[in-house]
Amino acid sequence: MRRLLSLSFAFIFVALPAFALQQPPSPPEGFVPASSVPGQEQLPAAPLVIIAYAVVWLLVLGYLWSIWSRLTQAERELADVSRRLATGQRR
Amino acid sequence: MTKLFTPLLIVTAALFAYAPFAIQNAPYESTMGLVQKIFYFHVPAWIAMFLAAMVCGIAGAIVIFAGRKDADRVAQAAAELAVVFGLMGLITGPLWGRKAWGVWWQWDARLTSALVMWLVFVAYLLLRKYGGAGSEKLSAVLALFGMANVPFVYWSVNVWRTVHPKTSVVMTLEPSMGIPFLLCSLAFVGLFAVLLAARVRLETVRGSVDELYLSLED
Repeated sequence: MRRLLSLSFAFIFVALPAFALQQPPSPPEGFVPASSVPGQEQLPAAPLVIIAYAVVWLLVLGYLWSIWSRLTQAERELADVSRRLATGQRR
Repeated sequence: MTKLFTPLLIVTAALFAYAPFAIQNAPYESTMGLVQKIFYFHVPAWIAMFLAAMVCGIAGAIVIFAGRKDADRVAQAAAELAVVFGLMGLITGPLWGRKAWGVWWQWDARLTSALVMWLVFVAYLLLRKYGGAGSEKLSAVLALFGMANVPFVYWSVNVWRTVHPKTSVVMTLEPSMGIPFLLCSLAFVGLFAVLLAARVRLETVRGSVDELYLSLED
């Protein structure tokens, strides 16, 4: 019993601090080169290509719509002013 | 131009309809793979932008030296097109660069000068919108500066060290890549002409409205 107690005390006061003082495994000093990029980290090209083409199409269609609506408005205004001028009406 | 408009519109629409098939059939580039296919719309968008910048600059010179109103309408239309096509190039470029270079943007000679040129035409439009009466000549000078940027932007890749591919890439294309590229370039040039004609028509109608308002006031 006495031996067991002395072994326990020895473990608590000598072995445990020794374990506590033990350094964690040190990280590598620099970057470790890899032969290839991990699969999950490779940037897929397809979404970039799809976005690029979608942006171009949206810009073309949006600009066409913009010209068409501005032209319709201007032609309506032209017809309106022409009519008022023909009837001799002022603004 | 009115007679040419409809056939040009049909040809341009046909070219754009066929473009996706031509691009799909074009081979992949050996190092960049799929993402290189952005090239088929990215470079033609810049070709159209350069064209718009030159038309705007030449029309601006006519406004400065001859004071012609029709040239001012063309300059205004071309400046807007320069902004639209430039925006296409400025969006598609970083999408390509993110995969090819690992970054969205690089402050090198080509990318920076292209951005500055685009900003010159944005400034032109802002000046026309908020500059008030008499801003025509001032904005025409700005258009000349915008046009002067074109050779700098084009040659920048050959003169300065940059991550961007050199201009020789286009001239050395294999026919399997060169033909789809030519087709897309023609489509964008056709689109530029169609949009320019429509935009000039808008300015002409607006000019007529202003003249009628003036005669209504008299």
